[in-house]
Amino acid sequence: MITKEDIKKLADLARIEISPDEAESLTTEIDSILGYVGQINVMPSIGKEKVPLQRNIMRDDVVTHGSGQYTEDLLSNAPFRERNLLKVKKIL
Amino acid sequence: MINLALLTIASARKKLDTKEFSSVDLVQACLAQIEKRNPELNVYLEVYSDVLEQAKKADEKIAKGESTPLLGIPLAIKDNMVIKGKKSTSGSKILENYRSPYDATAIEKLKTQGAVLLGRTNMDEFALGSSTENSAYGVTKNPHDNTRVSGGTSGGSAASVASDMSLGALGSDTGGSVRQPSSFCGVVGLKPTYGRVSRYGLMAAVSSFDVIGTIAKTVTDVEIIFDTIKGNDPLDSTTITETTYPQKTKKERLLIGVPWDLIDGEGIDVGVKDNFKKSVKDLESLGYEMKKIRLPNCLALYYILNFAEVSSNLARFDGVKYGLYVDGKDLLEDYKLTRGQGFGKEVRRRILLGTYILSAGYYDAYYGKAQSARVALQKEFKKIFTEVDMVLTPTTPAPSWKIGEKGDPLSMYLADIFTVTANIVGLPAISIPSGFLELEGKSLPLGIQFMAPHGREDLLFEVGKKFLGE
Repeated sequence: MITKEDIKKLADLARIEISPDEAESLTTEIDSILGYVGQINVMPSIGKEKVPLQRNIMRDDVVTHGSGQYTEDLLSNAPFRERNLLKVKKIL
Repeated sequence: MINLALLTIASARKKLDTKEFSSVDLVQACLAQIEKRNPELNVYLEVYSDVLEQAKKADEKIAKGESTPLLGIPLAIKDNMVIKGKKSTSGSKILENYRSPYDATAIEKLKTQGAVLLGRTNMDEFALGSSTENSAYGVTKNPHDNTRVSGGTSGGSAASVASDMSLGALGSDTGGSVRQPSSFCGVVGLKPTYGRVSRYGLMAAVSSFDVIGTIAKTVTDVEIIFDTIKGNDPLDSTTITETTYPQKTKKERLLIGVPWDLIDGEGIDVGVKDNFKKSVKDLESLGYEMKKIRLPNCLALYYILNFAEVSSNLARFDGVKYGLYVDGKDLLEDYKLTRGQGFGKEVRRRILLGTYILSAGYYDAYYGKAQSARVALQKEFKKIFTEVDMVLTPTTPAPSWKIGEKGDPLSMYLADIFTVTANIVGLPAISIPSGFLELEGKSLPLGIQFMAPHGREDLLFEVGKKFLGE
């Protein structure tokens, strides 16, 4: 059984601000959804199949475009910038 | 006057080439139709200001005698595929003012062929939902009954084709997002094999499921767009090549597997069942042989992987690089406020679910088990395809529902029962219109779905064309 405190903790971990009202309704909804997907534990083949390892597909580490070709287009989407840098509040 | 209702991509191609009408004429007809129906249906979030310019360029090429399948053909694009210089929001407030610095590979291929990109279509936010009711920009109404949903998540794309506001469209399919709205709107929708179409420039929802698909009025048209956008792409390392899956020789008489247990199970509409049984009879009279098979209900497995991947893919939205920014007292509060206000309710819900499922204490109980069950299902399908050539189901357990009817998120998830399987295994699948269900004085479209082995879109096109008499 998931609690309202669990929901608040999850929202903190996911960096999402939720209102006390939403924490309330999410508790019921998420509890019922987890109850449903928990059926995975009764599927017959569970835990028997080994999941194969993924493999990396690499490309050559070479320059594919001119210097600064996309800089302006990319940075123009940023909320704050200083010259060619993204600007954020202090971290430490 | 061009009658868009009677026009397909294939027939428009001939008329453009014989100069019966120009691409500008055709695009103007679409624009007139958009003006007439878009305010009511909310299909396009934006119609591009340069559509007539694009059409003029296509006409110049046609005048020079050039002819490629999509040259001058007006298409609609789902709002989660980026086009250079244009807005792309994925149906979310968090990307309301985002302008892409580049073209998605599928878009680049359409541009190279000279297709006219009409505009971006409505969708469930970040492709999470089944009805477009989760769009931050309002629901897309069903062209057959405007009190009902168009389906989702590519609801705008399917509705644009069904209401003659485009001749074809691109959608994306994570768990049925091309096939289900196509079924609800009475058009053809293809989900290609995983990796068949490059996803470079498609906003990621569930990376191990997502694929770009095509929507049109006929199987022939769906194939034309698919042939244009498919192919290996160095910019998407998950793309496959023509030889990734070895082609078996074609059989004279194709055997189709039907999972009757699942179809006769609870929650399947009686009208859908009747229509499905009639479709099975039609296929038998076309020379296909049917065989009873068993398929498990894969919804739990699907949604565990969906929540997990969504929560990690959407971590990139932080108010720093692009998109919405909400000012807080420090960087941490900036993140929380930006994501709390920028993401809609369903997106917030799935991120929290994914965060729970991936947390240390529960990882094995959910994600680990789902991964293992996925491998088991892949093996199961390998076996199934030694016994039958294709698998047939209804596309959806019920016709389109009333707007607002499914307030409980879980009830909406259950509507994906037939479509999620192809995404979990990576199989190609297609939804074909199979008739109508009369309900409350309206004719609501229904669809059937075929699934084929990896790389065998050709089988889907073949059976689909035969079924529709193309």
